[in-house]
Amino acid sequence: MLLTVQDIHKSYATADGPFAVLRGIDLTLGAGETLALTGESGSGKSTLLHLIGGLDTPDRGQIIINGSDIAALDDNGRAHLRRGTVGVVFQQFNLIPSLKVADNIAFQARLANQYDPAWTATLTDRMGLTSQLGKYPEQLSGGQQQRVAIARTLAPKPRLVLADEPTGNLDEGTAAIVMDLMLELVRETGAGLLMVTHSAALAARLGRRLHLRAGQVA
Amino acid sequence: MNAKALVIALLLPLMANAQGFAGLGSDSAGFSVPAPNPTFDFPRDHGPHDDYRIEWWYVTANLRSADGTAYGLQWTLFRSALAPTGGAGWAAPQLWMGHAAVTTPTDHYVSERLARGGIGQAGVTADPFSAWIDDWQMTGDMDALQMTASSPDFTYDMTMTADGPLVFHGDNGFSVKSAAGQASYYYSQPFYDISGTLSLPDGDFAVTGTAWLDREWSSQPLADNQTGWDWFSLSFDDGAKMMGFRLQQTDGQNYTSATWIAPDGTATAFPNGAFTAAPLMTHTTANRDIPVRWHVQLPEKGVNVIVDAINPDAWMTTSVPYWEGPVRVTGSHTGHGYLEMTGYE
Amino acid sequence: MTRATLQALLSHWWRNPLQLFTLLAGLALATALWSGVQAVNAEARASYRAAAATLGEGQYDRLGRRDGQPMDQATYITLRRAGWLVSPVVQGRLNGVRIVGIDPLTAPAGIGPVRLTQGADIADFLVGNGPLFANAATAGRLPDLQITITPDIAPGSAITDIGAAQRLLGKPGQIDSLIVAPVQPRERPDLADIAPQLVRQSAQGGSDIGRLTDSFHLNLTAFGLLSFAVGIFIVNGAIGLAFEQRRPVVRTLRALGLPLRRLIVLMAAELMFFALIAGGVGVMLGYVIAALLLPDVAATLRGLYGADVSGTLQLRPVWWLSGLAIALGGTAIAASGALWKMSRMPLLASAQPRALAMAAGQGAVMQGAAAALLLVIALILALTADGLIAGFALLGALLIGAALALPIILDRVLAATSARAKSITAQWFWADTRQQLPGLSLALMALLLAMAANVGVSTMVSSFRLTFTAFLDQRLASELYVSAQDATQAQAIIAYATPRVDAVLPIQSVETQIAGLQTEVFGARDHRTYRDNWTFLNAAPDLWDTTFAGQTILINEQLSRRANLRIGDTVPLQSQTLTIAGVYGDYGNPIGQALISEDLFAGLYPTVTPQRFGLRMDRSKVGDFVTRMAADIGIPASQTINQAGIKAFSLGVFDRTFTVTTALNVLTLAVAGFAILMSLLTLASMRVPQLAPAWAMGMTRAQLGRLELLRAVLLAMLTASLALPLGLGLAWALLAVVNVAAFGWQLPMYLFPADYARLGLFALIAAALAALWPAWRLARTPPADLLKVFSNER
Repeated sequence: MLLTVQDIHKSYATADGPFAVLRGIDLTLGAGETLALTGESGSGKSTLLHLIGGLDTPDRGQIIINGSDIAALDDNGRAHLRRGTVGVVFQQFNLIPSLKVADNIAFQARLANQYDPAWTATLTDRMGLTSQLGKYPEQLSGGQQQRVAIARTLAPKPRLVLADEPTGNLDEGTAAIVMDLMLELVRETGAGLLMVTHSAALAARLGRRLHLRAGQVA
Repeated sequence: MNAKALVIALLLPLMANAQGFAGLGSDSAGFSVPAPNPTFDFPRDHGPHDDYRIEWWYVTANLRSADGTAYGLQWTLFRSALAPTGGAGWAAPQLWMGHAAVTTPTDHYVSERLARGGIGQAGVTADPFSAWIDDWQMTGDMDALQMTASSPDFTYDMTMTADGPLVFHGDNGFSVKSAAGQASYYYSQPFYDISGTLSLPDGDFAVTGTAWLDREWSSQPLADNQTGWDWFSLSFDDGAKMMGFRLQQTDGQNYTSATWIAPDGTATAFPNGAFTAAPLMTHTTANRDIPVRWHVQLPEKGVNVIVDAINPDAWMTTSVPYWEGPVRVTGSHTGHGYLEMTGYE
Repeated sequence: MTRATLQALLSHWWRNPLQLFTLLAGLALATALWSGVQAVNAEARASYRAAAATLGEGQYDRLGRRDGQPMDQATYITLRRAGWLVSPVVQGRLNGVRIVGIDPLTAPAGIGPVRLTQGADIADFLVGNGPLFANAATAGRLPDLQITITPDIAPGSAITDIGAAQRLLGKPGQIDSLIVAPVQPRERPDLADIAPQLVRQSAQGGSDIGRLTDSFHLNLTAFGLLSFAVGIFIVNGAIGLAFEQRRPVVRTLRALGLPLRRLIVLMAAELMFFALIAGGVGVMLGYVIAALLLPDVAATLRGLYGADVSGTLQLRPVWWLSGLAIALGGTAIAASGALWKMSRMPLLASAQPRALAMAAGQGAVMQGAAAALLLVIALILALTADGLIAGFALLGALLIGAALALPIILDRVLAATSARAKSITAQWFWADTRQQLPGLSLALMALLLAMAANVGVSTMVSSFRLTFTAFLDQRLASELYVSAQDATQAQAIIAYATPRVDAVLPIQSVETQIAGLQTEVFGARDHRTYRDNWTFLNAAPDLWDTTFAGQTILINEQLSRRANLRIGDTVPLQSQTLTIAGVYGDYGNPIGQALISEDLFAGLYPTVTPQRFGLRMDRSKVGDFVTRMAADIGIPASQTINQAGIKAFSLGVFDRTFTVTTALNVLTLAVAGFAILMSLLTLASMRVPQLAPAWAMGMTRAQLGRLELLRAVLLAMLTASLALPLGLGLAWALLAVVNVAAFGWQLPMYLFPADYARLGLFALIAAALAALWPAWRLARTPPADLLKVFSNER
């Protein structure tokens, strides 16, 4: 199994005391599988995604990716996981504004020492970014920026792709095109995909769907 | 490097070049040069000869205190000329260097003074005789001298009375120093009785003994290939005395010379090779290996003796360093004397 | 991984050259200010050291004639022949160059750094044909002489053999002083028996130059210290902003899998690289500053204290090192805080640029507590400090405490003003200003420190000037001073002057001990000159009456402080016991001094006769009198001192001091202004969303721009009004604590409101200039950019 999540708990300190965001979540995801995480705002779906991405640590429970428990990893180990094994697509794109599109796309693969020029060229071409390579992110539209971000995430060929409302900042038409491209390319790489979305329509396009309510699987 | 050290290094280029000890092998250009068959004119010749490059008044003494402790004493005034003639006052070309030392069986005290000629700080007058640098002085006439010196460690005040005639070395005072003919004028007064007071860090001591004055001047007494010497002045218990020196050459050979002085002062000169001196034992002092036991022979006079330093650490820490100290003589003859060794770098 | 990361980090600067410029320029300016002041200090000190090494000043005791005249060479020979190990020195001036003749054979080792190369003809040197040794600048002033260039020789000095020096200076057979070798023979006669005309000056007592010039250096060092504080704030600001600007990128890099440790190492390396570059530029800038200031400093020191300082700068490796160390150290201090914050920054917080450095409530409380603590420490130190270290601790606590308190005070002031504002525009303006405060606070702290430093140092220098000129008035009250060479000449002067002038005041003194301290006791004639001109730090009633009646004694501040003597205490003097009636300031004098009546003096020291005289007369008649005295009784003008001339000279010296101070003032303000500019430019991009609503509600862009300018000036004005009391506190600490600890005398503090007003104006101009460009840019913001704030989609 690519990903196994067992009994995850997470709470945050607030002015009114600890607030439990996740209260015992279990899920599994195999290679090539796609899973939509849905739920209302505050249901904990983004938190769960961050925990799986190693961006944060759970209070309790296990997250096992490719057989290793990421809770047992230190910052270095989690960074290593994020570089090569897991790729994250953010709602805010999070491109590096001072790097040109070409460098942004190659960035994570280079970071992971998994840069494959041929694959990167393929991604660029499929994303329709070939003519944009010399530009800076601020010169692109939102849809183009997210395509750069997706290409960057897929360039090192991650085993698991995490996406957090990847089209949340895009208009409907653009969102559909970007989503098609992402699903197609993830399928081709054989990676597992876990996507947070509040859109039932988008969720329906994925293999499975997990709905969260108040920190638990509904 | 400070000015003084440089002055010394350049004036007396022992360290600067290998031309021989204290510049004695340097070129004699412009200066007078000793010639054979000299006629001395006393008291004038007790005074300085400014047209010669180098000259000295050199007293060494073997002393004993009431408790029998052996002491050595040295009082030396060197004159070194920058040029055979020159200006007056500060511009006078004569430089003076004084060395004074007291050697005990365990300690060796050294002091040095430097002065310019021409301003009265140092000099020698022949009649009345006076040789001085700062407060160090030797005055009187050659038969009766007062001699004083001072340093932060010691002072001494001595009276010397001559008990014999002047002795002329080599060929009537013309002393040849090398096969190439380098020479100096050289005479001695080896017959002084000496007495006085030594003030040392551990007290004042009344001492008596014998002293030996050397007078020598030249402009180039050493050959280019000579780098130093071992000089012996020995007084035997039977009243005879002997001066012998061995000049070290860069080819490993030596040039020796000796004067045998009978108790009545009659001198016999011996040419190169008659006198031999061979080191038997060395001692490390001031990071140098110095021979402190010698096998000294003058077969023609039946001399076959061992010469031992009383204090092997009698190293002169002066601007031009050398070894100078009292010795004990045993073997065919017994007695005491002084040993000077230069060129041990 | 490293290459990709470095590319990402460095590309930021490539895309934002202005930010890079502000970072580098801030670092470079801070370094320049520090290293410039240090360079001036170091150069001057190196000059003294060279002088001291040249002459053994301060290292060896010396013998000289009581009357300061040269001695006969025979005296030297007498001493040598008596066993005194002394070495002769002759000196004088030729074309303004101090020619020093030494005898290398007798001089103690280390005297005269004469670099004779192996090839040099030492024989020629000793027989008087050899060269002089001097540095290149000095050599240029002696064109006709054979000079060997030797950089180690003190500026303005040339060393040569004593024989040559005697000839050059026209002093044949004369010797000015004798250096006493530290180790002497066991037995030697007393000096009094063989050369009674000579006095021995101990090594420390003889070295007044060092002590006196130290007071000037204290001014410069204080300035250096304060400018360093300003510099550190600027560096801190520049680094803090650089980190703030890249906060989102840092998050992204970490999210993409860059380990935190690697990121910190790379960012630290990047900053150190910049610090090296900026430090290098800063040292060069500092060199320029120092080169511009040094001629004035050199002139000041030469005039005020007679110390020769090279007017040209040598680039010393130690500045490079210290300048780079300051740049690297300042960067490290600033960066370690920023990097620490970064390491604690949660990966997940919103990646949006945070409102700049919005101090969290807890942070503000901490800062307030630290400020309060430091200010309390400063207060305690102000009441108790009596040492140099405590004095500098006081300065440090006061400065840092005030700087930390500044944002809090400004915030309160703005909140209060905002609450009272009537119009809605005004209310918005005040509230918005208050919101800007955190982003500007570092720059404002720098401005505060720069202004306070300027107020403090200006006050100190001006107080010094006032005090010193008043002191000159007091001490040089007579119009003309005449020195006699011997008792006969003294009698001739008295006889000649008495019928021709208003008063003849004998000046006579002996050196003795009071309370175990070396003290010079003067005997003064009862005359209104003293009663009218002398001012006292502490005075008993009728002190002149009792003193001239021979009942009391007046002492200087140095003696009072060191021996802990106060008014009413008694001191024994020879057979007499005298009550202290007054304590007077005696600036720059290293030893104790006391004054008693002429009659009492004559009774206590019957062998001392006066050889100097102060003559009171109409100022206009001085020149004429000097000429006629020379003609009538043969006292040359060289034996007289015209008081007016001395005063004019001293004031000229102070004017030079002011040039230096003013230049440094302008410079520190420029640096502070730059910090403001930098902060405003950084804030500008974040200002657009904040200003857009105001624009949308009907304010024009020009109006907004003007308000931005006004805001900067207002903040500067508020800061300036706080800087004034801080600067005065600083001046007080410098004058009353540090100076006393360093030199044993207190300088009275005077206030110079006009100077402060001018400084305040400078500060406002600096702030306005700094705000001008950002405001102009704001006024030109395209409406589309403002509109974007309201659109969801970009």
